Amino acid sequence: MSTIKLRAKESKGIVTVKAIIKHPMETGQRKNKKTGEKIPAHFIQQVICKANNDEVITINWGPAVSKNPYLTFAYMGSKGDVVELTWEDNQGNKDSLQGEVK
Amino acid sequence: MNRRNFLKNSLMTAATITTFSGLMIKPKRLYAAWPKASFDITDLNDSINSVYGHNNLNESSEVMLKAPDIAENGAIVPLNVKTKLKNVESIMIFVENNPQPLSSGYNLSSKSVPTVGTRIKMGNTSKVIAAVKSNGKIYTASKEVKVTIGGCGG
Repeated sequence: MSTIKLRAKESKGIVTVKAIIKHPMETGQRKNKKTGEKIPAHFIQQVICKANNDEVITINWGPAVSKNPYLTFAYMGSKGDVVELTWEDNQGNKDSLQGEVK
Repeated sequence: MNRRNFLKNSLMTAATITTFSGLMIKPKRLYAAWPKASFDITDLNDSINSVYGHNNLNESSEVMLKAPDIAENGAIVPLNVKTKLKNVESIMIFVENNPQPLSSGYNLSSKSVPTVGTRIKMGNTSKVIAAVKSNGKIYTASKEVKVTIGGCGG
């Protein structure tokens, strides 16, 4: 299953995109309570969104973004646009998902 | 094949191989790299400086920052930034008292509508600053958010 949940809706020429990504967003500052060892940083650094293959927004995230990050933004578009969201974290993992604007 | 030619050829092959392997090793990032330096800085002013190259901020009522007055849980603080300004290039969110003040940055395109929302972590009660870059100038809005339980410790 994809790590991304994506919803895009058009109203008056403006498409609002909402997404939730499943990710631990570990800051690298927390410690394991039992062993006292630091939990290594693991967070999404970049999220890129394209609409019909045109880049709409590029997002840079630091570790201070909440766990399972939620994201919303908007662009000028229309119904039926194909929205593609891609993320990449500091450990090189990535995922992407496509959805249609409703 | 004489010696000269052989040397020339092998040199060229070597050059090609290096170029190709160089290309293959390169991380597959097609977009601008993640600005590690800006995210690592621990002082608010330095952080703003490293993002924009100056500290010239203009407080503006055109920038709307929606944030709770009191966040019961610092691990999830919902934020929303909106603006009526035109030609917005980017929206940045800074949290003054976090270990690294820069929390996130949004680079918009010409198609974007300047509105973004996310949820961030806050370690302590702090001023949250939303900075919008429009026509080369930086406009900001800020709000004090009280945090009762920090979201950065463990």
